Amino acid sequence: MAFDIGLVTLVLGVAAWTIGARETFAAVVGFVAYGLLLALVWVRLAAPDVAMTEAALGSGLTGGLLLGASTRLARTDGPAAIEKPSAIIRLAAAVLCTLVSAGLAALVLLMPEPAPTLAPQVAANMAATGLGNPVTAVLMAYRAIDTLLEVVVLLLALAGMWSLAPDRLWGGFPGPRHQDDPDSVLSFIGQLLVPVGILVGIHIFWVGSVAPGGEFQGATILAAMGILAMMAGLVGAPAVSGRWLRLVLVVGPAVFFTIGLAGFAMAGGFLAYPEAHAKMLILMIEIPVTLSIAATLALLVAGPPERTTQR
Amino acid sequence: MSDATLYGLCGAVLVGLGLFGLIVHPQPLRKILAFNLIGGGVFLLFGVVARRGAAAGLGGDPVPQALIITGLVVAFAATALAVALLLRLFQETGRTTLRLDG
Repeated sequence: MAFDIGLVTLVLGVAAWTIGARETFAAVVGFVAYGLLLALVWVRLAAPDVAMTEAALGSGLTGGLLLGASTRLARTDGPAAIEKPSAIIRLAAAVLCTLVSAGLAALVLLMPEPAPTLAPQVAANMAATGLGNPVTAVLMAYRAIDTLLEVVVLLLALAGMWSLAPDRLWGGFPGPRHQDDPDSVLSFIGQLLVPVGILVGIHIFWVGSVAPGGEFQGATILAAMGILAMMAGLVGAPAVSGRWLRLVLVVGPAVFFTIGLAGFAMAGGFLAYPEAHAKMLILMIEIPVTLSIAATLALLVAGPPERTTQR
Repeated sequence: MSDATLYGLCGAVLVGLGLFGLIVHPQPLRKILAFNLIGGGVFLLFGVVARRGAAAGLGGDPVPQALIITGLVVAFAATALAVALLLRLFQETGRTTLRLDG
């Protein structure tokens, strides 16, 4: 309990820093720490799968994305200061937010007893999926439709981001060009870390069927390795019009959808699996989906095209 | 008070803190940050629901846990799109103000 009180104090302190810090860059650094502390909270709440996603995606990739944006927008910190709302508005906002927090806190204290749960149903039916990790079983079997739609949402977000590029840059390379300097520390770390990181990503994806981990956590690590390799200049960012790139991005959702449709013939419903082949079918979905998610996440961090393919 | 309740109260305060930042910060990037802070609080509240549903030898109800993972991924996608919109606004106008008269 003492540990939990300390952890909550730290989380709230870092969150207050993220809101109150004067400079945006400092606030983003606070946000990264906030994400990592939340990952610890998830471990305390017996949700290791969520903890891994929070650390890798909520803190890592989101943090990287926001750090990049805050550096580009550093000059706008000053002019924005004069737009600060008046003391009365700030006070009203503080009162409103306190009320919202108090309402939520009351709900937390008045939660129903016994707590509603689907855990027994999941435990009873998990054997039918051939999986040993209940969270993966929920993601890939009972709530597979959510997961399918989520993969599509990622793709839509990427399409939305790409369409923000000016016309002349359409189909070009995302992000600024990173020069490969073989003597730099970044290049060294990239060469050292990327192969290890790819192995770790694949491992986390693979053990996800029986232990904490899974396609989202693994894909996030793979995406981070792709971003590191691009930043270190080890590989160039691919042109967004590239045929291979487009194929990698859609293969996951396409296979997912196809196997989902095949479920009508095999087991009498969309995304239904025949029990004897459930694990194999889930793996057939997970491998291309992991590849597509990793590519989509990396490109979402890389941003819209900024350089043309013509020299 | 159980651990889950403690974290639930923490989530409630995080939502309020984030909402405050969302309202009072004029910079859009700070609003995006604050919005993500609210997200963390909402997920935490949901995580407490999952923890309270511990049964059948599982440490928590896996259904809300899986939905939180889905939520985290979608939140990231939305954040990436919002940042891209903001950077494009900056590229076009050289400013990031949301004021209509500015």
